[in-house]
Amino acid sequence: MVVLAGASLLSVLVTVGIVLSLLLPALSFFREVSVSEFLFGTRWTPRFTGQESYGVLPLITGTAWTTFIGLLVAIPFGLGAAVYLAEYAPWRVRKVLKPVLEVLAGIPSVVYGFFALTFVAPFVLDDLLGLDVGTFSVLSAGIVLGIMIIPTVASLSEDAMSAVPDSLRQGSFALGANKMRTTLRVVFPAAVSGIAASIVLALSRAVGETMIVALAAGTQARMVGGPTEFGQTMTGFIAQTATGESTPGTLSYNTLFAVGLLLFAITFVINMISIRLVRKFREAY
Amino acid sequence: MATIGQIATRPLRAEQHGERSLASIAFLVTLWLALAFAVLCLITLLVTSFLDGVGRLDGNLFTQYSSQVRPETGGARAAIWGTVWVIGLTAVLAIPLGVAAAVYLEEFADPDRWYNRLVEVNLQNLAAVPAIVYGMLTAGLALTIGLRRGVVLAGGIALALLILPVIIITTREALRAVPAEIRQGSLALGATPLMTVWKQTLPSAVPGVATGTILALSRALGEAAPLLLLGAVVFIRFDPDGLMSGFTTMPVQIFNWASQPQAEFRELAAAAIIVLLAMLLLMNAVAILIRNRYQRRW
Repeated sequence: MVVLAGASLLSVLVTVGIVLSLLLPALSFFREVSVSEFLFGTRWTPRFTGQESYGVLPLITGTAWTTFIGLLVAIPFGLGAAVYLAEYAPWRVRKVLKPVLEVLAGIPSVVYGFFALTFVAPFVLDDLLGLDVGTFSVLSAGIVLGIMIIPTVASLSEDAMSAVPDSLRQGSFALGANKMRTTLRVVFPAAVSGIAASIVLALSRAVGETMIVALAAGTQARMVGGPTEFGQTMTGFIAQTATGESTPGTLSYNTLFAVGLLLFAITFVINMISIRLVRKFREAY
Repeated sequence: MATIGQIATRPLRAEQHGERSLASIAFLVTLWLALAFAVLCLITLLVTSFLDGVGRLDGNLFTQYSSQVRPETGGARAAIWGTVWVIGLTAVLAIPLGVAAAVYLEEFADPDRWYNRLVEVNLQNLAAVPAIVYGMLTAGLALTIGLRRGVVLAGGIALALLILPVIIITTREALRAVPAEIRQGSLALGATPLMTVWKQTLPSAVPGVATGTILALSRALGEAAPLLLLGAVVFIRFDPDGLMSGFTTMPVQIFNWASQPQAEFRELAAAAIIVLLAMLLLMNAVAILIRNRYQRRW
């Protein structure tokens, strides 16, 4: 019993560990760099000796752009797929297509990054659409990020819509509404908190995703003004700096953890919202 | 002029309200396109990676080490062995812990106690923490206990912590699916609650636990981000031979090759992607096989 309880206690310890392991190096970072310089500075050049500047806004704009584009792709396509699977698809079609979406979800993100780098950026965006993007852009990273989180949106939203009791649909049909109206006016509103939870979770994944943006968004931190520009995200910075030389205790090592703490704080807030929403949607009926 | 009877029996005008109205059909087509887009992306992804990499799918890929100067004959040998070591260790660390925690939460914990609720919310949150944060945690942990960062042990710990919440959540679902009569029968015969779990509930839940665990491990297999933080060395020219040995894994190796500008490295990355996807497919197939073969209906 004690052993079993200890195992679940471990999960709390992991959280405490995460907070401590991020907080301690981050605190020594903030002893040298002020919080306001970190949060509001617009130049991120921690590795330029003599010209170090620690304003995190460039990383935030990079993350915001890739996340925004990702959601722009994932929400319509994910919801469309979910509505079809939950309301329209015959049983057989659903049996085939759900696993296909699961495969999409199971592909490692480094493979998506490679896809963005070698196919979406040079072929789809450059040749096919004639956009003037370089090898790296927040657009190609964002699009592929969106493709990766389509299954998250689709499968959770589908669960939410399938959980809507059939009596609601039959009531709607009995009043003379057709399938489209029933779906849009009855099922969708009834499932809306579950659908919102799926989108919030997708948002959290988009903010935290690393390998795609590390490969496809670019490696230079700058204020990103538009989708065709390149830039660096918070996770991209962590990944890139971590692969270089950084000795524990130095400012450049602590910089990683300051960004990591910010990333954890942002996703923590988003996750809590998502958990609340899921709870609400479970209590609905 | 139509009589009342004619109006009442007139079919509803299809183009306004019925299933075949323009709006209805347009709606259905839009839904179709959304799903088709997702499927098309999957197919394109698989086909392009295959076409890019199939030329390098040769013996060298499996028997040679990665070479900075001669990518055209280099291989992923160190990464393949590193993956085997790290995933093996991840399984050894994560499965017992995850199953134990799930058994406690599902069978013994009182859900109304504040500390059990805390664990609950905490697990849901942990399942959504960015993977790269687990790398930072393990780097911090390694520093505290005086472990070298880039070793198999550190990699295994990072991935085990990453998939622990997933294993706990899926194991709980498997336990929940075991009907209460099984437990009651065992208790009625005089077994203690602990014996009931060990002899009855857990064995009944094994197929579900196995499926969930394999899927969690296949997620760990594809993860590179946390390992980057541990400084998994990239141009490794030896097979890992123990917990304290340096290592690289397939996803880390692919990331590194894909970041190189030369086309030969990109080709190598694509070939390694084929191998990685084949490994994942195999694991998923095993999971499905277990599910289909041992699934019980009560």
